[in-house]
Amino acid sequence: MANFEIPDDLLYTPEDEWARGDGDRFHVGITDYAQQQLGDIVFVDLPEVGSEVTQGQVFGVIESVKAVSDLYAPVSGQVVEVNEELADRPELVNEDCYGDGWIIVIDTRGEDPSDSLLDAAAYLKHVDERSE
Amino acid sequence: MSGPPPPARASNAGNGFSYEEPLLFERSRPGRTGYSLAELDVPEVDPAQVLPEGSVRAELPGLPELSEVDVVRHFTRLSTWNAAVDLGLYPLGSCTMKYNPKLNEKVARLPGFASAHPLQPPALLQGFLELAHQLEGALAEVSGMDRVSLQPAAGAQGELAGIMMIRAYHEHRGERRHKVLIPESAHGTNPASAALNGYQVIPIASGDDGVLHPDAVAAVMSDDVAALMITNPNTLGLFEEHIARIAEIVHARGGLVYGDGANLNALLGIARPGDLGIDVMHFNLHKTFSTPHGGGGPGAGPVGVKNVLAPHLPVPVIRRLEGSEGQGYGLDYDFPLSIGRLHGNFGNVGMFVRAFAYLRSLGPEGLRRCAEMAVLNANYLLARLRGRFHVPFDRPVMHECVLSDRSLAGTGVTTLDVAKRLIDYGYHPPTVYFPLIVHGALMIEPTESEGLEGLDRFADALLAVGEEAQRDPELVKRAPHHTRRSRLDETRAARRPILRWQPER
Amino acid sequence: MRYIPHTQAEIEQMLDAIGAPSVDAIFATVPAKFRLQRPLQIPRAASEQEVQAELAALAGRNACLETHDWFLGAGTYPHFIPSAIDALVSRAEFMTSYTPYQPEISQGTLQAVFEWQTMVCGLTGLDVSNASLYDGASAAAEAVLMAMRATRRSRVVVSGALHPHYREVVRTYLSGLEAEWVEAGRAEDGRTQDLAALLNDETACVLLQQPNFLGAVEDVRAAAALAHAHGARLAVVVTEALSLALLEAPGSLGADIACGEAQSFGVPMGIGGPHLGFLAAREELLRQLPGRLVGETVDSEGRRGFVLTLSTREQHIRRERATSNICTNQGLCLLMATIYLSLLGPRGLRRLAETNLAKAQYARRRVQGTPGLGLPLPAPTFNEFAVRVPDSGPAALGRALDQGIVGGLDLAAEAPELGPAVLVCTTELASREAIDRLVAALAGRPR
Repeated sequence: MANFEIPDDLLYTPEDEWARGDGDRFHVGITDYAQQQLGDIVFVDLPEVGSEVTQGQVFGVIESVKAVSDLYAPVSGQVVEVNEELADRPELVNEDCYGDGWIIVIDTRGEDPSDSLLDAAAYLKHVDERSE
Repeated sequence: MSGPPPPARASNAGNGFSYEEPLLFERSRPGRTGYSLAELDVPEVDPAQVLPEGSVRAELPGLPELSEVDVVRHFTRLSTWNAAVDLGLYPLGSCTMKYNPKLNEKVARLPGFASAHPLQPPALLQGFLELAHQLEGALAEVSGMDRVSLQPAAGAQGELAGIMMIRAYHEHRGERRHKVLIPESAHGTNPASAALNGYQVIPIASGDDGVLHPDAVAAVMSDDVAALMITNPNTLGLFEEHIARIAEIVHARGGLVYGDGANLNALLGIARPGDLGIDVMHFNLHKTFSTPHGGGGPGAGPVGVKNVLAPHLPVPVIRRLEGSEGQGYGLDYDFPLSIGRLHGNFGNVGMFVRAFAYLRSLGPEGLRRCAEMAVLNANYLLARLRGRFHVPFDRPVMHECVLSDRSLAGTGVTTLDVAKRLIDYGYHPPTVYFPLIVHGALMIEPTESEGLEGLDRFADALLAVGEEAQRDPELVKRAPHHTRRSRLDETRAARRPILRWQPER
Repeated sequence: MRYIPHTQAEIEQMLDAIGAPSVDAIFATVPAKFRLQRPLQIPRAASEQEVQAELAALAGRNACLETHDWFLGAGTYPHFIPSAIDALVSRAEFMTSYTPYQPEISQGTLQAVFEWQTMVCGLTGLDVSNASLYDGASAAAEAVLMAMRATRRSRVVVSGALHPHYREVVRTYLSGLEAEWVEAGRAEDGRTQDLAALLNDETACVLLQQPNFLGAVEDVRAAAALAHAHGARLAVVVTEALSLALLEAPGSLGADIACGEAQSFGVPMGIGGPHLGFLAAREELLRQLPGRLVGETVDSEGRRGFVLTLSTREQHIRRERATSNICTNQGLCLLMATIYLSLLGPRGLRRLAETNLAKAQYARRRVQGTPGLGLPLPAPTFNEFAVRVPDSGPAALGRALDQGIVGGLDLAAEAPELGPAVLVCTTELASREAIDRLVAALAGRPR
């Protein structure tokens, strides 16, 4: 089975998104497992800054050469930033999915979502189950 | 951009002559012409005198200047870069790449077919109308449907028509249904056609034996389901043995059954979709009925229906004139419940002529022979391949068989690599990664056009690649080695799309 | 049967390898109750000689360019087709090849499509073109769907001067979706009227034909400005592709999408099909484009090559969220058109368009100078125009037919407000002498 990274300090969704909270602002992206499954990313369809997203709902779409995947919001709130770099360099998601390959930033406006997200151990278990 | 390849030169690299050839626009030379026009026999007109100011264009960019010789050489050279059915086996699953008869090409070029106009008076189109009417009847007989429309221009458009007719049927009965049931093994056009009609797709899984089971259908069937779409034989090459019972379940709750006719070749003269509970289906003339694939088209996707859906057929409908109407055939537009038009004219008439000639050439025994030999060939290949390759559903197949990539485990070699290495052996690869329900699927349809020695050579090649995957995986992973282009960077093509040539600034 | 190689000996050998006792036994998975118990009731097989004779007899009962002088256009155009085209497309490697999913062995097809896409962009003045659609009518439908997706709106304003069959096809495509259909009427001069009054901020798309069904040249620039003022897209539909060589490119006039029928570029009239739909758009609409796209790339050795690309828009990947359900393009017809455009080049195509215009202007003057005939629509035209006749369309066309002329299309159904009239198309195939005979026949006068 291929190796993939699951940083301990992040939270995860069952749909393979990660979230990193800094106060109310959460950076969101897709996991190393997800980017490996998708293959070379060619396009990311980003939401508009200012739009509202709801946890568990689709906020965008990510495309590789051979596949398309919906992006699900790990937390609810307002989109306050999108990674414009991805328009010219979608490969950032492959190269540095937890860093420069971030996708959007959501402001949760005080809501604490950590109860409804998976920690690293739980996400690893979830991935293992699916790979079997 | 890497720039144009080096100028044309012959290469005897063991593969005969093979030329490099730049783009038309790179070959272009100012002043060259490849056309001839008669001298004008009416007075010259200055466009600016008769057309509004600002409406006449000054330049025509994007067109090359070439002599006829340049053009002929250009495209002849390009043609030598393609695989083709006339060169060898093309074992693409669910594509039915059978031989394209040359007689069909000859008759399609008769002036009465090639140079006639769709809007000329029906009295001046009787030859075509009779041919079309007879073709409709033949397709109905072959499939067990009651009525046929030839109008849809491709299988996908035939599907669109079929689902539209189903929607019209329900609406006419005052019902609004929102769902369509589609097996997970279905071709991608099936859910796309359903979505284009505003339906929600409910996927159904096949059983462990590879076919759909009545209880799985019953579990999701409701009064909100407009239709079930089914391919038979399915994309695993298996006959859907429960189809009649499944159709009953759907019909009992007021739904209809759509049959994807892509795999009809396996059933010709053996069984008929209409006898199995199918209410509407499409045909692929470019698969089952031998019209050529043309590098991506044109095809033709006629649609057949049971009488219950006949009021919803596309217009115009071709029919025999009666009594005082006179002799011959006419066009009928008086169908208030019709779904309307899908094509600007009658559909791909050139394909009707070819399919008609094919049916006349084969007759009932010939058609049945197609099915028999197609199924024999697929089972023979399966017998030769099953030892080395993993067969996910190990049962007798119909016209195609599917292998998985399980036998490649541990080698690092993928189905894609196997496909590319087969090219080195002189074969267009089978369909890969479809159906989605088989991991790393390799879907092989030899058709009845292939003889025994051809099948053996193909099996030998695929077995050799399987063996190479174990012994020398890098050889397979870097294939193809003998083509004029090696693997192309599809990621780059998608990330930085260059979709036309532009002159360098 | 000469298309099926198997001998009895080979069949037995294969049955042996499978372990089946007979050919019938390999159909054991088809339950007996489903098996057809009788032969198919279709005509018995005929020899090649017989089939050829039968088809020739059927073909002989259709009028065609070889038997009549031709002035009927209305969406399918009579043009001369250079011989090199059929010779080239008949090559087995073009005709009997499949969709170029394996690019290493399909570079011939892929490069030709890339060349086509380039030419369509040049002709339409737009940024991206796809690898063709079934026909002009479905292209118009796909253009509308594109505009609806891009704007997320569902109100469509369609010119009443769009080809009636195209209007029907677009309606059919929209019938399964929530869409509002608004039709703009025709003005007295033959052009589309009232666009300003019909557009609003819910409008996704304006659909305008150029030249329109009655032959009139529309004001595309004005339509584009109106559409954009409301955030809508303008899609220009072209049925006579040759007009693109003469009229200003739709993209240069502000159109967002140009689409239609390219049959005039070397594709036989063929009783209406197969023809060749084309679709081009501005860069911003790229991801909404339906159908196949060919892109340039390099192989592992750095050599230039071509591949199908941006496939994630399409049905085989996106399935129910695809931009369209389309799978096939019109490959071989696209090749015919690409070869045609290469042979003619920019000057040949322009010269041909001017020839068509000159023939039409001559015919128009003859009509104007003939008692009983008239030109009911003052708008400028290209190679097609309405002619008023003294009695009725069918009678006038009947007189033409007696002279061995297919004279045009009766306009009673589509444009009754013109009175008895026919739509006449004059291309490079129409000699001066044939035009004179047509005019005399329509007027009911002796030659």
